[in-house]
Amino acid sequence: MVDAALHLTITNPTPSWNPFDDLAMLFHYDFMIHAFQAGTIVAIVAGSIGYFVVLRGSAFAAHALSHIGFAGAAGAIVAGVSPVVGLLAFTLGSGAAIGALGNRLRGRDVTIGIVLAWTLGLGVLFISLYRGYATEAYALLFGEILGISERDVVVTLIAGVITLVALVVVYRPLLFSSVDEELASAKGVPITLLSVAFMAILAVAVTEAVQVVGVLLIFALIVTPAAIAIRFTSHPPYAIGIGVGLALLFTWLGLSVAYFSPHPVSFFITSLAFATYLGVRLSEPVRRALS
Amino acid sequence: MWSRATFDIEAGSFTAILGPNGSGKTTLIRTILGRLAPSAGKLEVFGRTPRRGDPTIGYVPQRPVFDPELSIRGRDFVELGFDGHRWGVRLVGRARAAAAAEASLDAVGAGDYSDQPLGRLSGGEQQRMLLAQALVGSPRLLLMDEPLSYLDVRNQRAMVQLIRDVARRRELTVLLIAHDVNPLLPHIDHVLYMAAGKVSMGTPAEIITTERLSEIYSSPVEVVRDSRGRVFVVGLEEEASHPHG
Repeated sequence: MVDAALHLTITNPTPSWNPFDDLAMLFHYDFMIHAFQAGTIVAIVAGSIGYFVVLRGSAFAAHALSHIGFAGAAGAIVAGVSPVVGLLAFTLGSGAAIGALGNRLRGRDVTIGIVLAWTLGLGVLFISLYRGYATEAYALLFGEILGISERDVVVTLIAGVITLVALVVVYRPLLFSSVDEELASAKGVPITLLSVAFMAILAVAVTEAVQVVGVLLIFALIVTPAAIAIRFTSHPPYAIGIGVGLALLFTWLGLSVAYFSPHPVSFFITSLAFATYLGVRLSEPVRRALS
Repeated sequence: MWSRATFDIEAGSFTAILGPNGSGKTTLIRTILGRLAPSAGKLEVFGRTPRRGDPTIGYVPQRPVFDPELSIRGRDFVELGFDGHRWGVRLVGRARAAAAAEASLDAVGAGDYSDQPLGRLSGGEQQRMLLAQALVGSPRLLLMDEPLSYLDVRNQRAMVQLIRDVARRRELTVLLIAHDVNPLLPHIDHVLYMAAGKVSMGTPAEIITTERLSEIYSSPVEVVRDSRGRVFVVGLEEEASHPHG
């Protein structure tokens, strides 16, 4: 130690437990501000679209989209373009194909699973072809919210606004066809078009969310908040509101806790989501007995 | 599916569509809804060619039960029947949709449980929600695909009575597919019997007899009555599964 030319000690920031000081510390660095900005946009989008994912029983499709996107992103890295481009191309393509398969088609999930397995294989190939560091792949799989640039935030904001506007446009007929496809079709709702449009919107949302939690952990932001929300209310706008609120809470808390800890943000976000879901499910008999 | 079928449904009448599986009952409903075009011939609804989304038609699809996890209120479902085919979110039309749904829910007596999730309602309650949804746009024709098949006998009776009452009050024409004619017999004006590629129509007393059905389908069909007066038609199922040329 004595002879060292350079000595560096990295310690994690520790909370002072004074909320004002801690908040000031959280927002001291640009990377944390960007993380909060991107995380907030993603949470709002993921929480909103998650309601429809749960209502339509498309949780597996959402999950599959992100994994298929992984192959696209890995391929893009090999090709030397931005992984987001590959991610978006693969999720959009597979989303449209899944949408065209129809929402309630028996065996749809089997088809998705088969395509999913193959694209994951492709992803492995692309990763092996890429002679760089494994960090890029790692970031795709588990998210890299602390590495978001100001430009990324702007891109996320634009994509977020597009998804939300698209969701508002299809809101009523999408809700109708999610509840009763036969009836919606009889009323003149274009079922297949809506199904494809929904998967395309979901593809963009997944691409955004991947930055925060990664392809493996996408469930925590898209499916879990909505799955919790529908256990509290069956009024659609309220359910969407609660879902968005929970997604925001998980993201903000996850980021804050991770700042003061050596462990990854994704772990805290997914754990908060899981613990909340577990708590809600386990407390259900109690709440039912009380009401 | 069937040929040389000509029939008129009187406005304001209550007609049961009967016949074995695969005889084309649902196909007829889909044609009326404008989802299928007749391969030959013509079908008119209130003097017009059917089209999808016709607001003069209220439709109750065949629906055993909703997914128990389906977390949307019955009230929201009925509102979607009112304007769910329109794009966007409800901004200005919110009060109108809510009022229409409320009136419809009251008409079928489903107001009490309209704030509960659709998936958690009983089979009878779900059928009432489906009926409320069909009534919400103030249609003139009510099409129902087996609304009774998944109900117990008591609920079947209550449902038929309700359909009859609502139809009278709102001067609706009702076309209802049924598997079993018995709960309907006291209420219907006509039966439309479909089997073996043929369609025949008349009052229940005219059509549901051994002689008439045997004659129409030129094969031995027997109409049997049990000690409680219930009617059973025997002999048409085989015809449907092995149609002749």
